[in-house]
Amino acid sequence: MLGFISRRLLQAIPTLFVIATLTFFLIRLAPGGPFDGEVEIPDEVRERIEAHYGLDRPIIVQYFSYLGNALRGNLGPSTLQVGWDVHELIAQGFPVSLELGLWAMVVAFAIGIPVGILAAVYRHRSYAHWLMGFAMIGVCLPSFVFGPLLLLVFSSYLGFFNPLGWEHASDRVLPALTLGMFFAAYIARLARSGMLEVLQQDYIRTARAKGLSERIIIIRHATRTALYPVVAFLGPAFAGVISGSFVVESIFFIPGLGTFFVNAALNRDYTLVLGTVLFYAVLILSLNLLADLIQAWLQPKTRDV
Amino acid sequence: MSEASTLIPAKDKNPTAGALQPGVWRRLRANRAVFIGGGIFVFIALLCLLGPFFFQTSYQDTNLDLGATPPSATHWFGTDDLGRDLFIRTLYGGRISMAVGFAATAVSLVIGLGYGLLAGYAGGRTDAFMMRAVDVLYALPFLVIVILLTVVLGRSVLLLFLAIGLVEWLTMARIVRGQVRALKQQTFVDAALACGAWHGRIIVRHILPNTLAPVIVYTTLTIPSVILLESVLSFLGLGVQPPMSSWGVLINEGAEKLDVYPWMLIFPAIFFSATLLTLNFIGDGLRDVLDPRD
Repeated sequence: MLGFISRRLLQAIPTLFVIATLTFFLIRLAPGGPFDGEVEIPDEVRERIEAHYGLDRPIIVQYFSYLGNALRGNLGPSTLQVGWDVHELIAQGFPVSLELGLWAMVVAFAIGIPVGILAAVYRHRSYAHWLMGFAMIGVCLPSFVFGPLLLLVFSSYLGFFNPLGWEHASDRVLPALTLGMFFAAYIARLARSGMLEVLQQDYIRTARAKGLSERIIIIRHATRTALYPVVAFLGPAFAGVISGSFVVESIFFIPGLGTFFVNAALNRDYTLVLGTVLFYAVLILSLNLLADLIQAWLQPKTRDV
Repeated sequence: MSEASTLIPAKDKNPTAGALQPGVWRRLRANRAVFIGGGIFVFIALLCLLGPFFFQTSYQDTNLDLGATPPSATHWFGTDDLGRDLFIRTLYGGRISMAVGFAATAVSLVIGLGYGLLAGYAGGRTDAFMMRAVDVLYALPFLVIVILLTVVLGRSVLLLFLAIGLVEWLTMARIVRGQVRALKQQTFVDAALACGAWHGRIIVRHILPNTLAPVIVYTTLTIPSVILLESVLSFLGLGVQPPMSSWGVLINEGAEKLDVYPWMLIFPAIFFSATLLTLNFIGDGLRDVLDPRD
């Protein structure tokens, strides 16, 4: 187990290195710079500003000094938001994104697992098809269509929720539904196929032969095994929730990290882009590791791989 | 994107299962999902491709006196706040979205196929190194990299598909490599080598045809996810720029004005979702027919 974790941590080093290098040079290759605003800046002033941020040095020097600083946990000051350090901005935006992501995962599991299991258990009844039809719609109705439609119905027509913002508890409902629905649909499909497979196993027949009630068989014996594919999906789901939050934050005007990143990329805020990308990368790598550990704990067969 | 994880082939009992087996057409015809989905998709595609030729207006003709009007006999889907005809804009948007979808898929197909063939056939250290590189890239936050690429390549439609194709090839490479590795151990490869065939010929004539089925299936499933990605980028203002339209652009414009002009959101959304739905149906159906593993 320890070997597994340390191997994964060692693998993370080249990944992070590649990401840092790729991002650094990509954002530098992009046309325009952080100070190409609408206002013309005199050349001397621009030179001063660039010298202040160290942007006048050769790019290779900048690259290595950035890497060195990043290794020490210093992501530097934001090139655009004067007076803010990158890590301060991340500390401000991330909790919002995290909360949104967690609520979305709650929605995804709370809807996806029951729907999938019911559709498998009652597969011969007609409403099972409706359940899975709903799941298919969730896959094909992307968040930037679903979110505005939810807004149209529940905010404009019915007036239940505020159309934007992140102030009250009720402001969480629509964004979490929007972000969680795709994953709910996908989880439902996974849970259904997992359950269908389990129900054909010998030990389920044994349990039936023992005279256990169908309810106990499903809940105690079948569900745990049926959910393996769902657990295996945890890693990709976490990563998906993070990138999905870009869109949802943009629909509902939520001041999260995704909004910061998109704006930073558009305005060439070099250090904020780099810092956010590195932060996302570390986050995704650790979440993947976490998901693998949960899977290994539930499913001993994969432990020695 | 996430569909991919279920497609990565496990240890294969019958390595030539990837080849197109006889009787595929018959089974395909019997599969209703593929046929109905395919029919609707072809209808939408033809409508987008040919429809604009039958109308005088262009996607950028504005009519400020008219402004935003609900659907009517002259403007089937209504007009937007600049008086542009939404039906025409939806069709033009479809052209762009589908063009990007197919072109980006082609880019990812070429890269993924080449990379997978090379890694799988070379084997050994080369294979190990190449697949480690794929693992490293896999851990990258996808959307983040695409956003960076679109920023670097500028906001041109032509380069948009390149940016998307450059990040979408990884799963294809993994699938192909797995197939090739299993195929390489088959006796017909030894036989071809013994007959003096050179490696390039073996790859093209003997191995490639046997990997076709999963490649076709995965390609079909890549198209909708690429269209989706394009729309996400355009929605965020990073892809296609107005007055040019794509479904992502239209849905974005519609979402901004949904409480006053809901038709601006609803019609593009219907076209977009129908396209995604039918393409996914085709992909799933093809998998049932072509990929006997499941």
